[in-house]
Amino acid sequence: MSAPEASVAVRQRRGSFGRLFVSELQLVFGRRRNQVGLVVLLGLVTMLGVALKVSQLRHPGARGGDIISAVAGNGIFLGFAGLTIEIALFLPLAVSVLAGDAIAGEANLGTLRYLLTSPVSRVRLLAVKACALGVGSLVGALVVALGGVLVGTALFGAGPLITLSGSRIGIGDGLLRLLLAVLYVTVGLAALGMIGLFVSTLTEQPIAATVATAMVSTLLWILDAVPQLDWLHPWLLVDRWSAFIDLLRDPIFTDRMVTGLWVDLAYGVVFFGAAWLRFRNKNITS
Amino acid sequence: MSPDHAAISSNGLGKRFGRQQVVVDLDLDVPRGSCYGFIGPNGSGKTTTIRMLLGLVRPDAGSCAVLGEEMPAAGGRVLPRVGALVEGPAFHPYLSGLTNLLRLDAADGTSDPATARSRAGAALERVGLIAAANKRYRAYSLGMRQRLGIAAALLQPRDLLVLDEPTNGLDPQGTREVRHLVAELAAEGTTIFLSSHLLSEVEQLCDHVGVMREGRMVAQGPLAELHGLRTRRFRLRTADTAVAFQVLAGLGVGDAVEGADGIVGGLGELEPDRIVRALVDAGVGVRAFGPLAASLEDAFVELTGEGFDVSA
Ligand SMILES: Nc1ncnc2c1ncn2[C@@H]1O[C@H](COP(=O)(O)OP(=O)(O)O)[C@@H](O)[C@H]1O
Ligand SMILES: [Mg+2]
Repeated sequence: MSAPEASVAVRQRRGSFGRLFVSELQLVFGRRRNQVGLVVLLGLVTMLGVALKVSQLRHPGARGGDIISAVAGNGIFLGFAGLTIEIALFLPLAVSVLAGDAIAGEANLGTLRYLLTSPVSRVRLLAVKACALGVGSLVGALVVALGGVLVGTALFGAGPLITLSGSRIGIGDGLLRLLLAVLYVTVGLAALGMIGLFVSTLTEQPIAATVATAMVSTLLWILDAVPQLDWLHPWLLVDRWSAFIDLLRDPIFTDRMVTGLWVDLAYGVVFFGAAWLRFRNKNITS
Repeated sequence: MSPDHAAISSNGLGKRFGRQQVVVDLDLDVPRGSCYGFIGPNGSGKTTTIRMLLGLVRPDAGSCAVLGEEMPAAGGRVLPRVGALVEGPAFHPYLSGLTNLLRLDAADGTSDPATARSRAGAALERVGLIAAANKRYRAYSLGMRQRLGIAAALLQPRDLLVLDEPTNGLDPQGTREVRHLVAELAAEGTTIFLSSHLLSEVEQLCDHVGVMREGRMVAQGPLAELHGLRTRRFRLRTADTAVAFQVLAGLGVGDAVEGADGIVGGLGELEPDRIVRALVDAGVGVRAFGPLAASLEDAFVELTGEGFDVSA
C-alpha cells in the first residue's frame, strides 16, 4: 500500500475554485433549458420593440415623455426599456431558476454527494455557486440590454440620445450608461440570487426552490407597490431596482442607486450567510 | 488493532433520523490492505454509516476515523485519497461521461489540472467506457452508469475505495465485470470497503466482514473466523441408535436428535475424535461420522435473523 500513498503524498493542495467555477459556468450555460431562457429574455425585448414599431406606424407622431416612448425616436433606448420591462418578472424568474438548480438541483440528482466527497469544502462550493449566480445575472441583463440595442437600432435607427433632463449625449456615452445600468441591475439580481441560494439549501426539489424564490421577488414588488406600506419600501430589495433610469439624467443622479447598491449588498451578505449556516452542517442524505 | 493501522475505525458511532435510530454504537475496524465486506439486509444502516465516514452526514454519537484521521474534520486531507461510490451513481444527465468526470476532478482541490484528461481517460478505460466517453450520461445504460461511478472513484490513485452496493441493479454480466474489477483493485493492495446485501458477493471478494443488523454490528472479523461462528455440528450414522444416544448424553451432547439422515447433534467444545472413540468403546457400530458443513449463509441467517438474497 506504500505505492499509492507515496503518490498521494506528493499531491499538494491547490485551489480548486477557478477550475470548479469554470466547470460550473459550462454546466449552467451548456444546459439547453438555460439557453432557451436567454432566448426568451431576448424574445421579450424583441416583442416590445416590434409592438412599439407597430404603434408608431399606427399613430405616427404620438409621443409620451417616458423611456418607452423615447424608443420610437432612438433604438438605443430599447436597451433601457427592455431592462425596465424585464426587471419586474422575467429577469428575477431567470435568476430563480438558476438558484433552484444551484444546490437543490445537485441534491436532487445526487451529484452533491459526489462533489462534496471529491472533495470540495462546503463553503467553497457555496462560493462557486454564488459567483455563478452573479455571472448568470450579468449575462441575463446583458442579453436584454444588448438585444434591445440591436433590435431597437434595426427598427428605429440609432443616434445621439436625448436624456431625461433634455440634454443630448453621444451614442458612445449612451452605450456606456447602458452598460452601467446592466451592472447595476446585475447586483440587484445577484442579491436575489443569494436569497435563492439560501432557499436552495433548504430543499432537494429545484422546482420548489425556484418557485419560492420567484414568489419572494414578486411579493417584494407587490409590497413595494402598496402606498400604505411606504415606511417599509426603503427596506425592500426591489425598491430601487429601477433606479438605473437615473443614469439617463444629466448629470447622472446617483443617490438612489448608491442606496440601492447598499441594500443589495446587505441582502446578499445576509442570505449568503444564512445559506452557509444552513449548509455547513447539513446532512446530505440525497 | 489501533486506529493508526486501520483504514477505517469508528467508536460508538450512532445516528438517528427523527425517531428512528439508524446506526447504533458502531465500532468499525477495517484493517489496511483488507477487502472488507460490510454486509447487512436492506435498511440495516450501511449507507448511513458510509455517509458518516465520508462526512456527508454528521454522527450524533461517537467518532470515526478514515486513513488514521478524524472525520469529518480532516475531510479535506483524507477524501482525496478515498474513492467512493455511495448509494449508486449520480451524474449530470446532459453532460457526457467524460465531462462529468472532469467536473468531479475540478472539484478536488488536490488534483492536477494538467493530467485531468489523461487520468479521466485512464479511469474510463479501466471500467471499459472509453468508447462511450463522449456520450451523454442520459444515454448510458444502468451498467454503464454504475461503471462511470466506479471510474469517478478511480480518478486518482486511492488508498481506500468505499463501494456501496456496486453491483446493485446490474445484470449478471455486469455484476461479473464489476466484481472482477473490485478483485483486481483489491489485488493491487488498495483497501476496499464494500457494502452489500449479497452474501455471495462478500464471500467471493472479501477477506474481512462486518455484519449489520438493524443498525448494529453483530459480528466483525476475518471471514474465516466467521465461518466458525456457527455452532459446530456433527452427523452420525449407526444402527445402534439407543446406545449411541446414551453415549452422547454421557459426553454432554444434549441436543442430539435423530433425523432421516442419521443422528445430528452439536459438538460444543468436544473434539470429534473423542465422540467416535467413546462410541466405539461402547460397542456402537459407527457407519459414518463427520462434521456438518455449516454454510456461511446459515451463519449469517443466524446472526441477522433474516434471509439474504443469495441468488445473485
Ligand atoms: N434521510 C433519512 N431520513 C429518515 N430516515 C432515513 C434517512 N436515510 C435513511 N433512513 C432510514 O435509515 C435506515 C437505514 O438506511 P440505509 O443506511 O440506507 O440502509 P442500507 O444502506 O443498509 O440499506 C432505513 O430504515 C432508512 O429508511
Ligand atoms: Mg444502502
